[in-house]
Amino acid sequence: MTIREGGIIDEITKSSPPIVELRGVGKRFAADVEALSGIDLSVARGEFVSLLGPSGCGKSTLLRIIAGLLAPSTGSCHLAIGGGTVITPTRTAIPTGRIGFVFQDPTLMPWSTVGGNVLLPFRIAGRVGPSHRDRVAAAVAAVGLAGFEQAYPHQLSGGMRMRVSIARALVTDPDLLLLDEPFAALDEITRLALNDDLLRLWERHRPTILFVTHSVFESVYLSTRIAVMTPRPGHIVADLRVDLPQPRERAVRTAPEYGAMCDTVSAMLAEAMGQSPLA
Amino acid sequence: MNRQPFWKIAAPLLVGVVFLALWEALVRIFGIRAFILPPPSAVAVSLWIDGPSLMGSLWVTLQVTLAALAAAAVFGGAIALLFSLSRIIELSFFPYAVILQVTPVVAIAPLIIIWVREPFPALLICAWIVAFFPIVSNTTVGLNSADRNLLALFRLYGASSSQTLSYLRLPTALPYFLAGLRISGGLALIGAVVAEFVAGTGGSETGLAFRILEAGYRLATARLFAALFLLSLTGIVIYLILDYISRRLLRRWHESADEEM
Repeated sequence: MTIREGGIIDEITKSSPPIVELRGVGKRFAADVEALSGIDLSVARGEFVSLLGPSGCGKSTLLRIIAGLLAPSTGSCHLAIGGGTVITPTRTAIPTGRIGFVFQDPTLMPWSTVGGNVLLPFRIAGRVGPSHRDRVAAAVAAVGLAGFEQAYPHQLSGGMRMRVSIARALVTDPDLLLLDEPFAALDEITRLALNDDLLRLWERHRPTILFVTHSVFESVYLSTRIAVMTPRPGHIVADLRVDLPQPRERAVRTAPEYGAMCDTVSAMLAEAMGQSPLA
Repeated sequence: MNRQPFWKIAAPLLVGVVFLALWEALVRIFGIRAFILPPPSAVAVSLWIDGPSLMGSLWVTLQVTLAALAAAAVFGGAIALLFSLSRIIELSFFPYAVILQVTPVVAIAPLIIIWVREPFPALLICAWIVAFFPIVSNTTVGLNSADRNLLALFRLYGASSSQTLSYLRLPTALPYFLAGLRISGGLALIGAVVAEFVAGTGGSETGLAFRILEAGYRLATARLFAALFLLSLTGIVIYLILDYISRRLLRRWHESADEEM
C-alpha cells in the first residue's frame, strides 16, 4: 500500500508544474555590474536544491529575485504557489506566508521575545488568534526551543537565534523555503547540528527548499540537487543530482559515496571558478 | 559582594570632599574676601537661610524647563516622524532645524520676548528651541536605521507602511529618541536659564537665573553660589531621572541598558 501511494505521489509530482521556474533570468545593478546572466532553473515541488558557488556569484541576488524582493533585469520567474502561478516581473504580490526566508543573520527584532518574533508573519497578516499562538508554539518546539518563548534574542546563543529565524520562516507552513547561507556565521558544531535539524524539518513538512551555500560538504549532505554557479556574472554551470540514501543521517558523512560526490562537486566548483577572471 | 558600586559612589564623593576642604582652607589662609570668593561654609549658611526663597525661584525655572522638555519630546518626535515619512519634507526642512539650532538662543530671545508678551510662554519657546534639536536629529536617524533584512522580511510578508512603522521603525528608533531626550533634559534647563537672563523677568515670579543676576549685582556672592549649586543639582537630577526612565524602557533588550556592564 505504501509503495503504491508513493508511486502515485511521484506521478503527481512529475505531472504538476515546477514550483519555481526561472527562464533566462539576468540581473544588472549598474551599467557595468552584471550579477546574474541567463539563469535557467526548474525546481520540482518537495526538492531540496542547493545553490553552490563562491562569494559574490549572485546566489543571494537570485534568492531575492525568487522571493519577489528584487526584479530581474531580464527573463522571468514563475512561481506555482498558493494555488496559482505568479510571474515575478509582473506580479503585484505573492500570497503572504507562502514563502519563508532565512537570512545569513538571524534578523530578529531585539525588542521582541522569541514568541513575538515567530508570531510576526501572523501579526502582519492581521491574524493573531489562539490557533496562531498554537502554531507559534509548535514552530518554536519544532526547532528545539520549547520553553524559550519568553526569552529575548540577546539571551540566546547564535545557533539558538538562527533556530528562531527558521521557526519564523516555517510558522506559516510555506510552500517554498529560501535560505541564504543561514549557517555561514555559526561554529562547526552548531552548524552540523542545525544541518541535521533542517533535514528533519524538511522530511516532516516537505517544503521545497532553495539553499544558498558556499560549502561543498554542506550542499552534498543536505540536498537532493546541487546547482553550481560561476561568479560575475553568475550563471549555473552544472546541475547535479545527489543520489545519497534518504533519510540522511550523520553516518552519510563518512560513507564513501558521500566522499565521491563531494569530490565531483568540488571539481565542478573548481572548474566554475576557473572560468572566472576573478578566481 | 561586588566592590564596583561602592567605589562608583565613594570615589567622586571623596574628590568632592577634598575639593571643598581645600577651598575652605585656601580662602581662610589667604583671607580672600567673601564677596570675591566665599568659603563653602558661607555658601552652606546662605543655602540654609535663603533656601526657601531660592527653592521658590527654582520651581519657577523648573516649570519652564519641564514644559520645554515635554514640548521638545512631543514636537521633536513628531517632526522626526514627519521627516522619516517623507524624504522631500526632510530635505526641505532639516537645514532650517539646523539653523534654529546653531543660532544662539541669547540672540533670538529678545525677539521672542517682544513678540510673546507673556513671560512664561516666551521663556518656554526659548528653552524649547534649545532642547528640541537633539530629539529631532536622533529620532530621525533612529527611524531610518531599521535593519535592512527585517525591512525585506516585512515586504515579503506584505506589511503595510503603517505596520512597518509601528512594528519596526518606531521600536528601532526608541533608543535613539531616549538618547536625544537625555541630552535635551540638560539643554532645556540651560535654555530656560539663558532665556531668564535675557528676559530678566521682574515681578513676584522670578526664576533662579534672575536670582543669580540679582545676587551678582548686590555682591551677595554666597547666595550666588547657593543658587548655582541648586541649578547644577537640578541638572543632575533631571539627567538621572531621564537615565532611569531610559533604562527601564530598554532594560529587556537593548545593550545600552545592560546592567552587567
